[in-house]
Amino acid sequence: MRTHSSKSMAIALCISFASYLFISPAQAADYEVTMVIKNHLFEPSVLNVPANKRIKLTVQNLDNTPEEFESHSMKREKVIPGGAKAVIFLGPLKPGRYEFMGEFNPTTAKGVVVAEGA
Amino acid sequence: MFGTGLIVFREALEAALFIGIIAASTRGVINRTPWLCFGVVVGILGSILMASVMGQISAWADGIGQDIVTACILSIALCMLAWHCIWVSPNSHQMVQDAKQIGSATSNGTQTLWALAIAVALSVLREGAETVLFVSGLVLGSTESLGTLTLSVAFGLAMGVLAGWLIYKGLGQIKPQRLFAVTNILILMLAGSLASQLAKTANQADWIPHLGDQAWDISALLPNDSAIGMVLHGVLGFDASPTQLQVLFYLATIMLIWIVASQMKLMISRSRMALV
Repeated sequence: MRTHSSKSMAIALCISFASYLFISPAQAADYEVTMVIKNHLFEPSVLNVPANKRIKLTVQNLDNTPEEFESHSMKREKVIPGGAKAVIFLGPLKPGRYEFMGEFNPTTAKGVVVAEGA
Repeated sequence: MFGTGLIVFREALEAALFIGIIAASTRGVINRTPWLCFGVVVGILGSILMASVMGQISAWADGIGQDIVTACILSIALCMLAWHCIWVSPNSHQMVQDAKQIGSATSNGTQTLWALAIAVALSVLREGAETVLFVSGLVLGSTESLGTLTLSVAFGLAMGVLAGWLIYKGLGQIKPQRLFAVTNILILMLAGSLASQLAKTANQADWIPHLGDQAWDISALLPNDSAIGMVLHGVLGFDASPTQLQVLFYLATIMLIWIVASQMKLMISRSRMALV
C-alpha cells in the first residue's frame, strides 16, 4: 500500500514537472533592448524597460576581455567573452530598480534596469 | 590584486566544496582517489578547452549557446548524483559495517565511482571555464605585472582548495556509522541545488518564460555574496532570494530521488529476503 502511494506521488510529481516545462510555450520577447560593454563599462548603464513584459537583452562586448553579467535581483549570470555577443532574457519584472554588475570588474562595471509602467 | 584573488576564490569555492563532500562520501571506498583525481584533471583540461571556444559557444543559437551548454552540464551532473543516491542507499548499511572496521576498505560504493567522477569533472568544468576566461582576460588587459597576477590567482585557488579540504576534514569528524547518512543527505541537497540552477538557466534562455514570484528574500540578513552565503550555497544550494520555480525544482528533485531510492532499497531487501 505504501509502495503504491509513493509511486503515484512520484508520477504526479513528474507530470507537474513536465507540464511546467512543456505546456507553457516559449513566447517571443515583448521588448528588446541592446547594451554594449566598452572599457569595462556598461553602455548605457541605465536600461529603461516596461514592467511585466518579457525582455530580450542583447549584450555586445566590444572589449577584448571577457565580462560576466550578473544580477542577484534578476537571477542572471552569464559570461560574455571578449568581442562576443550574448542574449539574456529578463523578466517579466515588477516595477522597480534591478541592479546588475560585471563580476570580472565589479568596482567599475555597474548598471541598473528600471522597470516602469503597467 | 586582492580583487583578482577574491574572484578566483569565488569561482573555485563551489567546485572545491562539491569535491570535498563527494570525497567524504566515498571514504574507504576502493579506488576512489584515482577516480576523483581523474575527474578533476578531466575537468581542468575541459575548462581550458571550453574557455578557448567560449566566443563561438556564445554565438550559437542566437546568443543562448552558453545556456545550452550550462543546461547540459547541470542535467548530466544531476543525473550522476541521482544515480549515486539511488544505487548507494540500499547498500549503505553494508558500507557502514565495513567502515566500522578501522582501516578496512569497502568494495561497496565502487559501482557509482564513475558517476561521481563525471559529476566532479562537470563541477570543475562549469566554474573552471569561467575562471580560465577571467584569467586570460586579465593577462590581455591588466595593468598588473604577470608576477602579481600569478600570485593572486594562485592565492585565490589555494583558498578555494582549503575550503574544500576543510569540509572534507570536518565531515571526517563524524562517526563512521553516521557518515554515510550525512553525506547522502548532502549529495541529495547538491542535486537539488543543481536542479534549482537548471531552472534559472532555462529561464535565462527563455525555455521557461516565467520563474514565478520571489519565494522569500532574506538577502538583507544573509546576502548571497557574503562568506557564509557563498559556503551555504556551495553546500546546500542556499539562495537568499529564490523564485518559486527554483524552490519547486529543488524540492521536487530531492523528493523524486528520495522516493526512487527508497523503492530501490525496498526491492533489494525483498529480493534478499526471498533468497534466504
